[in-house]
Amino acid sequence: MAPDPREEQSGPRLVRPYALTSGRTESVVDLPIEATLEVLPSGRNATWPEGHMSGRIIELCATSQSVAEISAKLHVPLGVARVLIGDLISAGHLKTRKTISENTTTDERRELIERTLSGLRAL
Amino acid sequence: MDYAPSNRNSASTKIVVAGGFGVGKTTFVGAVSEIDPLRTEALVTQESAGQDDISKVQQKHTTTVAMDFGRITLAQNLVLYLFGTPGQRRFWFMWDDLVIGAIGAVVLVDTRRLDDSFAAVDYFEAKGLPFIVALNQFDGSGEFGPDEIREALAISDHIPVIEVDARDRESAKHALVRVTEFALTQLSRVPATT
Repeated sequence: MAPDPREEQSGPRLVRPYALTSGRTESVVDLPIEATLEVLPSGRNATWPEGHMSGRIIELCATSQSVAEISAKLHVPLGVARVLIGDLISAGHLKTRKTISENTTTDERRELIERTLSGLRAL
Repeated sequence: MDYAPSNRNSASTKIVVAGGFGVGKTTFVGAVSEIDPLRTEALVTQESAGQDDISKVQQKHTTTVAMDFGRITLAQNLVLYLFGTPGQRRFWFMWDDLVIGAIGAVVLVDTRRLDDSFAAVDYFEAKGLPFIVALNQFDGSGEFGPDEIREALAISDHIPVIEVDARDRESAKHALVRVTEFALTQLSRVPATT
């Protein structure tokens, strides 16, 4: 991740968390905040320098974690977490599990809500 | 789909907990969550001028908006997240992120500060997200019952209005069951249009 030269030249700012993403603010994939992530074999085999964000995300995802949890636990804003996770997904290291999206059919939606309801009743 | 069969049904979903500042959203989330509520932050850029006014576009302020959330593992392959909405009205545009894909919303109401609830009710009605109204029981808040509140908030008869104690796990759980049941009935009645 080479620093964006424009980032270097700009004046002092209060917050520069997007330095972690070389200034990118849009994730390459659509990532709902509640989407949980699964580490794929290539993610398990990859190595990163100690403390590298990508490595920390993969470590966290050893147990099922959502985009929101990764943002909270790594103390990075949601948008930054999304960009970093999106990169790991497009690199084939992570994949998202199912959520309700705008493309979900009514039947799939019903199935997920029914499962949620039985789970809540059994708590 | 080339997912392994054991993973095919792994999913997560969410319910939104809305209401005015100090109404007990994080207390509610904490009462039923399996983890201490976590906080995530989003950086939002506020433009002080309209989008079509090019001369003023550079006047931007970056602000941090915080959201508290909790988690309930409902089954080995199903996790439910509870997201509290940011309290401040001017950050409503963040709510789209919360509303898309949500099962529904619980609007927590402090009957002494009803004004704070209108915004949430209007927003979920406009978005077509199923919601219930839950009157949080504070000391000395018992003078208005569900009927009075329904009338004051001008919500339709079919929307459930319940009483809740946001500190109590069983009570919070009951509210979640109610909103999920309600979402299911709405699904049968109204075909998904989005």
